[in-house]
Amino acid sequence: MQLSDSPAAQRILLPVRTSTILASFAVALLANFLPWRNVALAPDFVALVLAFWCIHQPRLVGLGAGWLLGLLIDVGNGVLLGQHALAYALLAFAAISLSRRVLWFSLWGQALHVAALLLFAQGVALLVRLAAGAEFPGWAIAVGPLAGAALWPLVTLLLLLPQRRPVEVDETRAI
Amino acid sequence: MEHTPPPFFNRGPAPLVRLAFFASLSLALLVLDARFRYAENLRSVVALAVYPLQALATLPAALGERIGGYFASQAQLRQENAELRARLLAASQAAQRYEASQAEADELRRLIGAAQRLAVRATPAEILYNGRDPYARKVVIDKGSEHGLRAGAPVIDEAGVIGQLTRAHALMSEVTLLTDKDQAIPVQVLRNGLRAIAFGAGSSGMLELRFMAANAEIQNGDRLVTSGIDGTYPPGLPVATVARIERDSAYAFARIVCQPAAAVEGGRYVLVLGSDARPAPYPEAAGPARDKRSGKTRRPRRKDANAAQ
Repeated sequence: MQLSDSPAAQRILLPVRTSTILASFAVALLANFLPWRNVALAPDFVALVLAFWCIHQPRLVGLGAGWLLGLLIDVGNGVLLGQHALAYALLAFAAISLSRRVLWFSLWGQALHVAALLLFAQGVALLVRLAAGAEFPGWAIAVGPLAGAALWPLVTLLLLLPQRRPVEVDETRAI
Repeated sequence: MEHTPPPFFNRGPAPLVRLAFFASLSLALLVLDARFRYAENLRSVVALAVYPLQALATLPAALGERIGGYFASQAQLRQENAELRARLLAASQAAQRYEASQAEADELRRLIGAAQRLAVRATPAEILYNGRDPYARKVVIDKGSEHGLRAGAPVIDEAGVIGQLTRAHALMSEVTLLTDKDQAIPVQVLRNGLRAIAFGAGSSGMLELRFMAANAEIQNGDRLVTSGIDGTYPPGLPVATVARIERDSAYAFARIVCQPAAAVEGGRYVLVLGSDARPAPYPEAAGPARDKRSGKTRRPRRKDANAAQ
């Protein structure tokens, strides 16, 4: 059971389509722009999806994508320009460096790694804001990354869905 | 002899090089934005690209509200209508009295030769959502520079000032609330005319009067209104009520905490004030003249030094 939910032991997946990646980023941006009552408690969907693609497709999605998405978030949220861009670029770098290791764990083991990644990105943003003269908003800002990491199994299931191929048993095949 | 990998192994620059490139790009942007405010053009261009997504994201809540409003019961609407009529009556009576006393005040001002107060234009707006920055206290409203709003305009609700419009996009604007740590507003005690500056106290949702002497003539329950000496806020808008005063002889300044008069953190509909007229420019000769009279030894400015040579 432990082996079956780790993607290393999974069926072979179809190659990913660029349109899937773009659509997932658009949906994540939309989720981030929803009018959340308390932003500190809401998970950062863009960071989560970015970490997902950096871990699963480190050759397609990387620092450039992270930086651009961070810029969009910065403008959309009206925060200091470059705050999320820096955080997401560092997140993408860390996720790519971890990508060969993370996928050997079970989904919840992966979620622990992702929690560390998301907390790291939030910490970078926090340091930038404190350096720019903002006040510390309280430990509630650690809740968002943890909630995001708890969504990791769901996000994995949803984003790998387009790459699954239908199970068809070929009786005539030799091996 | 050079060894280059065949093109199908080529993966571009090394990850660390990319990281250094993007990190330095972000740091440059951060410094440009935080220190020099040079990045506003880039921001407004990207804001136009992001706007459709933002509008789409606020759609479900707005739709739900409209559907809820459609099914509001007849009795509820009638009751609300009656309440609004009563309030309109009271307000129109107050407005008539206000007009009369305004004319009287204008007459008196003309007699003593004081400057006329500028007429103020008000644009109603609706708060779309709280700002998505946990480090600052901002809200986003549904009017922008297309509707004639400019950065710097005061924003009020029916009870008093709630903040200042700090960034006007094309179709929406950001309002920094009074309780933000970096927001300051010049105020005046209504009872005795004492002037002060109120700063936001951050997450507690209160305001703080800083740099007030420990023996300042102020007491609990004093009402603070805008003094209007900054030329941004019109004078006389309610701002806050003094809630707590701590006078400690160890410090030169008293610690004065005030409760905002308006529903700064709640509320739904706001008015953005603005006037087309520009305030009179500062008199130029006033600076040097005052220096001479005060008799303080100041380091002469370069222009003065050149003139002396």
